[in-house]
Amino acid sequence: MADKTQGSAQGPGAGKAYWQVNLRIILISLVIWALCSFGFGILLRPMLSGIAVGGTDLGFWFAQQGSILVFLALIFFYAWRMNALDREYGVDEE
Amino acid sequence: MDQFTINLLFVGASFALYIGIAIWARAGSTSEFYAAGRGVHPVMNGMATAADWMSAASFISMAGLLAFGGYDTSAYLMGWTGGYVLLALLLAPYLRKFGKFTVSEFIGDRFYSKTARLVAVICLIIASVTYVIGQMTGVGVAFGRFLEVSNTTGLLIGAVVVFAYAVFGGMKGVTYTQVAQYVVLIFAYTIPAIFISLQLTGNPVPALGLFGDHAASGEPLLAKLDQIVHDLGFAEYTIQQGNTLNMLLFTLSLMIGTAGLPHVIMRFFTVPRVADARWSAGWALVFIALLYLTAPAVGAMARLNITDMMWPNGTDGDAVSVEEIETDPKYAWMETWRKTNMLGWEDKNGDGLIQYYNDASPEMQARAEAAGWKGNELTKFNRDILVLANPEIANLPSWVIGLVAAGGLAAALSTAAGLLLAISSAVSHDLMKGQFTPNISEKGELLSARIAMAVAIVVATWLGLNPPGFAAQTVALAFGLAAASIFPALMMGIFSTRINNVGAVAGMVTGLVVTLVYIFLHKGWFFVPGTNSFTDADPLLGPIKSTSFGAVGALINFVVAYAVSGMTKETPQEIKDLVESVRIPRGAGAAQDH
Repeated sequence: MADKTQGSAQGPGAGKAYWQVNLRIILISLVIWALCSFGFGILLRPMLSGIAVGGTDLGFWFAQQGSILVFLALIFFYAWRMNALDREYGVDEE
Repeated sequence: MDQFTINLLFVGASFALYIGIAIWARAGSTSEFYAAGRGVHPVMNGMATAADWMSAASFISMAGLLAFGGYDTSAYLMGWTGGYVLLALLLAPYLRKFGKFTVSEFIGDRFYSKTARLVAVICLIIASVTYVIGQMTGVGVAFGRFLEVSNTTGLLIGAVVVFAYAVFGGMKGVTYTQVAQYVVLIFAYTIPAIFISLQLTGNPVPALGLFGDHAASGEPLLAKLDQIVHDLGFAEYTIQQGNTLNMLLFTLSLMIGTAGLPHVIMRFFTVPRVADARWSAGWALVFIALLYLTAPAVGAMARLNITDMMWPNGTDGDAVSVEEIETDPKYAWMETWRKTNMLGWEDKNGDGLIQYYNDASPEMQARAEAAGWKGNELTKFNRDILVLANPEIANLPSWVIGLVAAGGLAAALSTAAGLLLAISSAVSHDLMKGQFTPNISEKGELLSARIAMAVAIVVATWLGLNPPGFAAQTVALAFGLAAASIFPALMMGIFSTRINNVGAVAGMVTGLVVTLVYIFLHKGWFFVPGTNSFTDADPLLGPIKSTSFGAVGALINFVVAYAVSGMTKETPQEIKDLVESVRIPRGAGAAQDH
């Protein structure tokens, strides 16, 4: 399996700190994920019913299209952010 | 050239392509059979994942459910795409770093238990076989129509074809074949949608056309649709009819099921680096989104077209006549589909017209009374035929119809092949090599993989003859099972060092059993029709249908795993070190076999 990372260029403990930052990014991303699908698409739809979009309301748009676009943005953001974070903490693959 | 010949040409040419690729890229070693030697580029891998993922459920079945279910069926759209966020953030990079071949290997090593690995294998096999049943349903519909044979014969032909190329390919063959299948299926799905969107809205992008204006009336398309279905006594397309809690749980089940299905997760073992695993999930969703953003437009526009066809003089005028259906070439598709026994009509009141309306609506009953109607006369419209019939309904050129035939089969076959591969690797690699015969030769392992595929396809075909629902609904059950068993174990394995061997096993077993029992209570024991005690119209637990129960099963899995782990011995230090190493990309090598 893998070699130990504690002795990497960024010194001991880099792995733990890296993991904490990662958890925070995951948490924020998942809040947005849930808000756009379960929130705007389902639960909060009645609140958004005043905002008209093409013959219906914003909640319907989120349920059928908007959420998918947000999911895409989230995954690419996460990949970009984490690949940068790997290098910052010196835990990227050589 | 008649339509039958054109269909055969398109289907035949696409098959020749796939089989050619499969032979060209034949798997020689076990590592190639399972993981394509890890040499697959993220974009290619994303495309193959998309083909693997978008099955008969997405291609053939989903738009039909959307068309007749309206807003409520948005759960399919959000559920089957939102799962990729979970996959990308919570699983893919870590499983790639772990660097083994199968999902159950991870569970076995992380929970330092052969029992955990065995339980995971059983969960995978149950979920995958359920999934294949759904695929076979779709294959039966597609072959039945395009070879103009009965549904059952279509299913049997399909089974032979699926088996033939899954068995000879393996992952390497399947990966490149699936790239080709993706290309075929996405063209087949979007081209008719573009034509129809142009006809109805003048906008060439179906996703924009859906929220655009209906060209003939000048009103917004969705407002027009809401109004005409309302005129016939049906619920308006954009309003919510079902229960909110059920919709939330259903969406969540599909999402976490996505992140727990072996044939999707396996894809992330095949990329060269951890960074690529993250990108791969994104690329997969890009290719999936191309279809998923089009599907709601296909559904809504088809509903509008069908309603217009049944009421050519408007919803206040006279309905279509039996004579028109039988003689007007515009209605030829109805005759062809009637032969497959998936579409039916009957002039109940003998007035020579076919009235299509909701005969359960009190308002419509009053109108029917006044007009002398004796109930809805479009007596049968199987949701699974909608996408395949759509180009004929919209009167598109014959080559488009042939293309859709090829696309539908590509979707069903690519997923069935991927699932069979997951099942065969579970049996040969995890069961035979991992549990029973550790010294099995590489040849013996490949042989047992192929035998497992054969058994799986026979079982799925047999159950596919009497499926528990439309293709997409059967597939949704498979997702519930994966959600309740595999996803929680994988996630806890990475994000918690506290969960130990006993906890994980207890969690997976309760999650799986509770969900399976709940499904069997509603869909019949082992999906045998008539053995169910409840129906999804009136479920056991309040509003929670059997397709939505996966999320509840997952919750039970988490709770049981935590509780049991808290009461038993702590995880050993070397396992904690393993979890630490999985969390960090550095040091990810090529995959290891043991």
